[in-house]
Amino acid sequence: MKIIYLDNNATTRVADEVIEEMLPYFGKLYGNPASMHTFGGQIHRKIEEARGRVSDLINAEPEEIIFTSCGTESDNTAIISALDSNPKKRHIVTTRVEHPAVLNFCKSMQKKGYEVKILPVDKLGRLSIDELNASVTENTAVVSIMYANNETGVIFPIKEIAEIVKSKGALFHTDAVQAVGKLLIDVKKIPIDMLSLSGHKLHAPKGVGALYIRKGTRFSPYIIGGHQEHGRRAGTENVASIIGLGKACELVKKHLHEENTRIKALRDKLEQRLLKSCPNARINGDPEHRLQNTVNISFEYVEGEAILLRLNEYNICASSGSACTSGSLEPSHVLRAMGVPFTAIHGSIRFSLSRYNTDEEIDLVLKIMPEIIKELRELSPYGREALLGAKS
Amino acid sequence: MWEYTEKVKDFFLHPKNVGEIENYDAVGEVGSIVCGDALKLYLKIDKETGKIIDVKFQTFGCASAIASSSALTELIKGRTIDEALNVSNKDIAEYLGGLPREKMHCSVMGREALESAISNYRGLKPEKVEEGEIVCKCFAVTDTKIKRVIKENNLKTVEDVTNYTKAGGGCGECVPQIEKILKEILAERVIKELVMPKERLTNIKKIALIQEIIEKEIRPPLQADGGDIRLIDVEGNKVIISLRGTCTGCLMAEVTLKNIEKKLKELVSEELYVEGE
Repeated sequence: MKIIYLDNNATTRVADEVIEEMLPYFGKLYGNPASMHTFGGQIHRKIEEARGRVSDLINAEPEEIIFTSCGTESDNTAIISALDSNPKKRHIVTTRVEHPAVLNFCKSMQKKGYEVKILPVDKLGRLSIDELNASVTENTAVVSIMYANNETGVIFPIKEIAEIVKSKGALFHTDAVQAVGKLLIDVKKIPIDMLSLSGHKLHAPKGVGALYIRKGTRFSPYIIGGHQEHGRRAGTENVASIIGLGKACELVKKHLHEENTRIKALRDKLEQRLLKSCPNARINGDPEHRLQNTVNISFEYVEGEAILLRLNEYNICASSGSACTSGSLEPSHVLRAMGVPFTAIHGSIRFSLSRYNTDEEIDLVLKIMPEIIKELRELSPYGREALLGAKS
Repeated sequence: MWEYTEKVKDFFLHPKNVGEIENYDAVGEVGSIVCGDALKLYLKIDKETGKIIDVKFQTFGCASAIASSSALTELIKGRTIDEALNVSNKDIAEYLGGLPREKMHCSVMGREALESAISNYRGLKPEKVEEGEIVCKCFAVTDTKIKRVIKENNLKTVEDVTNYTKAGGGCGECVPQIEKILKEILAERVIKELVMPKERLTNIKKIALIQEIIEKEIRPPLQADGGDIRLIDVEGNKVIISLRGTCTGCLMAEVTLKNIEKKLKELVSEELYVEGE
């Protein structure tokens, strides 16, 4: 049976064109880009081509890009570099809805004596700009705020945020892992100092990421060793994956328009019809400022893991913020930060689309989903309340 | 993705005994929609024989909660209420071919619903919330429940307690309190073992005891780190042990052997000493 993959914020299918571009570098073209001979040198040229393609996508300069092993490494590198290059500043600002790659890293810095201000969000997942303004001080080394949220798709006003941070003299890092590939980003127009992106969220393979570092930003490497990446990130390059990331970025430019039209239309159809066909459902996140591919929807009186496993029977892949789906039994920190009631967090399901999804797939989900919700509610002691539409 | 057994999957996809009984003789309700799982259990009981002649359930929760509820109904159907009360949360988990550790609380919920239904039948006050002080505010778990589950399942870490009761799995604020409760119970356990009357330690008893302590106390934490040990032989007071898995060639092998010796001295006999194979 065919897989209906609606979990693209978790990871994406590697594009065929990307695989094709990578294949020779698993086989005959195995040279080390650092070598002096032509055999290695040709690999070096290919990596520089990839660097150009990545920088092109966000309108950066090639020398402003370093390759890393993943989004998490990019995030960690950006924050630690900002702290190490500003040793007198002991303050970090971030938000409650960040990815653990940023949030947990900042919390670990707390143990090293840094003061960390974690900004709240409102019910729709929006930041208070006034509070940001009040929180960044002369002692702030770095502000790390995500471009778009992985769970709800909520997009932060990054330009406004970056301008405030720069006006206070702090460094600004943004985790754009979910945004790159889905939104048009232009670092020439927004004063971002550092930006993280990840390959496997944009149809490149897992195990490769990149960090944009604006020219002139003081930088201190996280991984130390050889002179790769001009000494900014040691370790022999993950050649094939870097080349794959380059190709994927080139493809994104081609498909960005589709993201805003066809994919958005599919998402909207899925969302609106689910709200109609399933009583007691609600959307989580700011509907005005959201990634076009993401919908996070709570079905009250049903538990998310149960929904996912029923969907799994039809080979439909999605994810949930329910406590029961996380290894720690902890309900989604993002939805909790937004003050979504526990009853709605338990039944939250995220569908995230990509350019590979079709109208037929969405139709199938629309057919199956109301049945699953109905069946699970009938199993539940709250089934009657759900039908009556009473709120607990 | 959780590693569920085929039986859990089957009981989740095709649950048995779902629904309500109209003229029920007993009903038990545990959990709440806020906690993320809830179970309502209906019993029809033959007044003369005390046998459970029909049982139905309604569950709000994850796949393993639904499967555990359904397994419970299969386990108690046709039994007397006294027999049913002997069904423990472990029996429910075993019936399903095991549950992931993080999901053991689902089996605990089943056991609690059963208790609640039977107290209801016996005319006792239905206890929706166990008495005691609320420790975990996120999931409304009391200290009484935490203590009971620690004792019944021989739990050792806060993580275990979260897996079995959910306490500590929300905001995490109560974790220090759970640690305190655990410490108290672990201390009680050691004292109980120490004051147990000492019988003469025959060779057979000594070997059996060593074996039991190795199985229950020593192997699980080693296995959690990918290591393992095996008891090879006991010659007088010399206990010969072979290190397996990641223990082999581990720089800490000596320390591991010393720790095993310490534990065996403490729990079996002061005279024992441990040697590697």
